[in-house]
Amino acid sequence: MVDQQNTRKRTIDIVNASLKRRYARERRFKAMGLGAVILGLLFVSALFVDIFSKGYTAFVQTHIELEVYFDPAVIDPEGRRDLDEISRADFRKIARAPLAKLFPEVTGRRDRLALYSILSSGAPYQLLDMVKDDIGVIGQTRTIDLIADDDVDMLVKGHIDRDTAAADRRVNDTMIGWIDRLEQLGLVKKKFNTRFFTNGDSREPELAGIGGAAAGSFYTLLVTLALSFPIGVAAAIYLEEFAPKNRWTDLIEVNINNLAAVPSIVFGLLGLAMFINLFGLPRSAPLVGGLVLTLMTLPTLIIASRAALKSVPPSIREAALGVGASKMQTVFHHVLPLAMPGMLTGTIIGMAQALGETAPLLMIGMVAFIVDIPGGPFDPSTVLPVQVYLWADSPERAFVERTSAAIIVLLAFLIAMNTFAVIMRRRFERRW
Amino acid sequence: MFKKTLVLAALSAAIVSGTANAAAARDYVSIVGSSTVYPFATVVAEQFGKTTKFKTPKIESTGSGGGLKLFCAGVGVEHPDITNASRRIKKSEQELCAKNGVKEIVEVKVGYDGIVLGQSKAVAPLNLSRQDIFLALAKQIPGKDGKLIDNPNKTWKDVNAALPATKIEVLGPPPTSGTRDAFVELAMEGGAKKNEDLAKLRGATDEAEIKALMAKLGIPDSAFNKKGKKVFQAVAHGIREDGAFIEAGENDNLIVQKLEANPNAVGIFGYSFLDQNADKIQGAIIDGKEPTFENIADGAYPVSRPLFFYVKKAHVGAVQGIAEYLAEFTSEKAYGMEGYLAEKGLIPMPDAEREQFRHDAKMLTPMGML
Repeated sequence: MVDQQNTRKRTIDIVNASLKRRYARERRFKAMGLGAVILGLLFVSALFVDIFSKGYTAFVQTHIELEVYFDPAVIDPEGRRDLDEISRADFRKIARAPLAKLFPEVTGRRDRLALYSILSSGAPYQLLDMVKDDIGVIGQTRTIDLIADDDVDMLVKGHIDRDTAAADRRVNDTMIGWIDRLEQLGLVKKKFNTRFFTNGDSREPELAGIGGAAAGSFYTLLVTLALSFPIGVAAAIYLEEFAPKNRWTDLIEVNINNLAAVPSIVFGLLGLAMFINLFGLPRSAPLVGGLVLTLMTLPTLIIASRAALKSVPPSIREAALGVGASKMQTVFHHVLPLAMPGMLTGTIIGMAQALGETAPLLMIGMVAFIVDIPGGPFDPSTVLPVQVYLWADSPERAFVERTSAAIIVLLAFLIAMNTFAVIMRRRFERRW
Repeated sequence: MFKKTLVLAALSAAIVSGTANAAAARDYVSIVGSSTVYPFATVVAEQFGKTTKFKTPKIESTGSGGGLKLFCAGVGVEHPDITNASRRIKKSEQELCAKNGVKEIVEVKVGYDGIVLGQSKAVAPLNLSRQDIFLALAKQIPGKDGKLIDNPNKTWKDVNAALPATKIEVLGPPPTSGTRDAFVELAMEGGAKKNEDLAKLRGATDEAEIKALMAKLGIPDSAFNKKGKKVFQAVAHGIREDGAFIEAGENDNLIVQKLEANPNAVGIFGYSFLDQNADKIQGAIIDGKEPTFENIADGAYPVSRPLFFYVKKAHVGAVQGIAEYLAEFTSEKAYGMEGYLAEKGLIPMPDAEREQFRHDAKMLTPMGML
């Protein structure tokens, strides 16, 4: 009895003695976990702050408000109102005339040219488009916000330091004088940059947009989705529900798991050899991009779909079979609808992964300068992350903010897709 | 759901089968090649697309070697029409072209690009000779006894007493880059030639002479080649790997940013990046010449290279717009002294040379065998 009490006391003593240490250990673990989360959040927020602080200015573009006279003598001297002829007219003259009127003291060819460089080389096309939209504008005077050159844009946004020595600045003192005058007159305006979303790529930063790349991404993902979803789901259903469990299916399973971890550039090489060299599909086309990304996302999709099928309890299958459903009916009427939310989540995550991919597209010629917005999966095009890569490598200062802005758009798409996946899962997920 | 899946599958099958016809015709010019020429070619392409009835050419940035490989793969719309290059086509590449049926190639030189050793504006510019560059960056340099030793130089002062005692820290492009090729060829070789034995080795063709020079320089016999020039190049092109030279990737903007952050570092990149960032960085003086537009244009600045593009003559006419694109590129308003390419940082050729290449481009005069 005494012995027993002693032992009990000893046990409790041991426990009590170690209690402090155990609590401390738990606190340490919690602190470390919290630290890891905070560190992660810190990095992510540093990334976001950096990108947003650099990129948000790209969503506005400097414009110069000018009274433009659509001079019929320049645009359409013969008065035939023929659009082909009008397209060849010298719209530069039309865009430049009001500037010359504002600064009558600027004479001499060189000075005039310097003055005109306040306007973007895209400004004449802006006017041409107006005429194309409404031919009646010829002969009228309109107040139009013309696009400013990227150097002017950078100066107005404060990305060019006025205090550096004049020789080292992209914008010289005379130019700054002119811009300050325009600003005093209230003619320098910052407007929302719709062109950034609608235009294709351009070497003039003020005209460059992500419209082309977004369209390319859209067609590429469309092809990827159209191919990978049915193939992936069918493969998963077969492997999970119908295939016999033997050495071959084991081998296939190992291979699928392996493929999911293969670096994406390898799929690019495969795509180059197969789709372009062997089948003769066009280079730089979203179709080939979609095919390559299909190969890349399929393993992920199959694994996610199989997991979704596995999570459907066997009782559902047994009940269906019990009331006389065939194997096929069991799968398609009962198991598949229940597994669908999980499969869709997997698909969306796979698509989001494909959206951010550049490496395999490098091999199939989608890292290219493309101005025209692609109209279908056969037109040459590029994709959003490739556009980011191309702009990041451009020497012009104004591309820095555009690069960040394109990243913001890409991130927005990714966040939207992943949020959608989470909502879908919350909504339709069933627990047994 | 099964029906939907079936429809989707049928749809995708239709898309795939439709492609066979898509490759048969191409209504835009397809251009590949150098990432150095890319910023210039794209400007021309954009102008061309805006001012003519043709579609804007597609330009891929594949690197000079990769571009020529694609270009030489054959004749037909599935192959590119034009390739840009930051160096001249090699004999081996020309032979590959000929083997694949690409016999007539039109060579167009577009201008020059200076390679700049850039620094932060916060420090005084380095005044380097090409020899200094070689001695600072080569993997092996001649030691006191004339034999090659691993580069012991830690600071610029070790290289040349007139230079400041700052650590040698150079950020440059990786070996896959055309900029790196041109840099080792122009700056490093130019510096290595200043060494008497290395210069002799470069000119040597006699086997015994090469062996003797190699022994004198302490180069192992395994590096022997019948051409002394090859042995010389192996030495001159070797860049040190002990941390003094840092491969900073192909992104020149990144190098510019790093230079701003670290005033002691030196970066190697193209002139157009210096031109666009002159408020933040400056170019080191090489052989007494500053990297300015004028110095590169008249050839006084020693580290500059010509840029080219090559046109497949067989495609002119078969693909719409090639001849017109050539006319646009070689027009005065594009590659002329005051053309829009000069604004983007391209250094134009002298008047007579421009005239010559404009004529060749117009007449589609094919280049001879190298």
